[in-house]
Amino acid sequence: MTASAHSARAAVGRRGARRFAARGPALGLLLPVALAVVWELAVRLGWSDGRLVPPPSRIAATLLALAQTGELAQHALATVARVAAGFALGVLAGTLIGALTGVSSLARRLVDPTLQGLRAIPSIAWVPLFVLWLGIFEASKVALIAVGVFFPVYLGVLGAILSVDRKIVEVGLVFRLSGPALAWRILLPAALPVYVVSLRAGLGLGWMFVVAAEIMGASEGLGYLLVDGQQLGKPAQIIAAILCFAVLGKLSDTALALATAPLLRWEDAFGARK
Amino acid sequence: MLGLDQVGKIYPNGVHALEAVSLTVEPGAILAVVGGSGCGKSTLLRLVCGLDQPTEGTIRLDGTLVRAPHARIGIVFQESRLLPWLSVAGNVGFGLRDRPAGERRERVRAALERVGLTEKAGAWPRELSGGQAQRVALARALVPRPDVLLLDEPFSALDAFTRVDLQAHLLDLWADRRPTLVLVTHDVDEAIVLADRIVILSPRPGRVFAEIATELPRPRDRHAAGFDLAKRRVLAALDRSLHRPVVTDADETHASVGAALWW
Repeated sequence: MTASAHSARAAVGRRGARRFAARGPALGLLLPVALAVVWELAVRLGWSDGRLVPPPSRIAATLLALAQTGELAQHALATVARVAAGFALGVLAGTLIGALTGVSSLARRLVDPTLQGLRAIPSIAWVPLFVLWLGIFEASKVALIAVGVFFPVYLGVLGAILSVDRKIVEVGLVFRLSGPALAWRILLPAALPVYVVSLRAGLGLGWMFVVAAEIMGASEGLGYLLVDGQQLGKPAQIIAAILCFAVLGKLSDTALALATAPLLRWEDAFGARK
Repeated sequence: MLGLDQVGKIYPNGVHALEAVSLTVEPGAILAVVGGSGCGKSTLLRLVCGLDQPTEGTIRLDGTLVRAPHARIGIVFQESRLLPWLSVAGNVGFGLRDRPAGERRERVRAALERVGLTEKAGAWPRELSGGQAQRVALARALVPRPDVLLLDEPFSALDAFTRVDLQAHLLDLWADRRPTLVLVTHDVDEAIVLADRIVILSPRPGRVFAEIATELPRPRDRHAAGFDLAKRRVLAALDRSLHRPVVTDADETHASVGAALWW
């Protein structure tokens, strides 16, 4: 072992956490970048024609072309708008009904069994019904996304409220809080950390269901690019759309995490340590 | 005046926690409740603060029936039970939500100064030590100016030094407005340092077994002969309440207080 390797290892030992954090993302990029380079070389050297698995350069060119004509922005915007609308509706309904059933045991016994039953239905199964009810345009797509978002948020809020520490609830009772005041001042803040996790789970499902909704019939949106690429035999376009989903999904999740972080600064949790 | 009349509590699971407990506590008095485990001390406080309802008998504060949490009754629990999402100042002001913001701010500031935690006003509860958290809990309970303050083993989770500090601090705070204090404790020293009167409960079901007045001058010296004597009397009564052989009888050993070794 060389001297430089020795000192590098010692440095890692001394400032292990910081070094690892700095090198972590770079290390994680190594595998995909290496695969991309190998595939690009394979096609360039003629080992493969890259017809069904296009090389990175062709995907990049497709993305660029879509961006230059403005199609990419148009499709991405359509998809983001659907996810945003469905997410907003799903979160609103999930939060209100989850809070209601969490606070009132009567509401819980009345509503929860039905919702648990509905939850057992694979959400895609609703599509034909939503199309019949709401038409083939935006409303049925947004409804499908909202259903997908609703359940994790509903379950998250309900579960979080039910598991709030009785001792903390008693503090609210001693200060004569009840009903909505108890929910607002004790139950919801105490449930907030779990709630945020359920929002992120809901957002993930929102992205999943927008693809389902757009594959089943849309004239624009990233899902439309997927179907279009399949029907016209353009794998580069399919992969380009998949990459867009990945980027948008990650960006929206990070934005949600950053937006909710100030609300959770008080947490004394293993995951919240500096 | 706080009055309990023939109070009994049987929990839905059949546990008979309290039976025919009658007590009166004069305004401004300090009452300590001691007893072996399972004697219903904590149940008693939960009934008085309205978190549970008695299955028999009544609890009255100046003639008004207490069946739910009451604005004139505050409580400090064994754990500080601070709301982790509120700052220290937010916790102290929690019971003042119906007051104008200016008054709330001023009373919170004064209360934090009173418990010596002014510089912690903006801190999160997780940043406090156990003793600091319990002082914040005291401030939170006292800020609405209750006429009765209930304390459920408030210092039992603290180390011995902090505990003695906080006992003195509690007496100091009590002297401001002299609310009635009802203190549940398993620490006989603590009961004698703080209380005017000590009620000993016998277990299963909890009943009043004995009442001992401690008329020692304040501040109380833990090393005074009178203190030791009071302690012997309480411990002897505790032993009898648990049907244990009485190791010593206070009245007989009066003369040899200093020499006798306890435990």
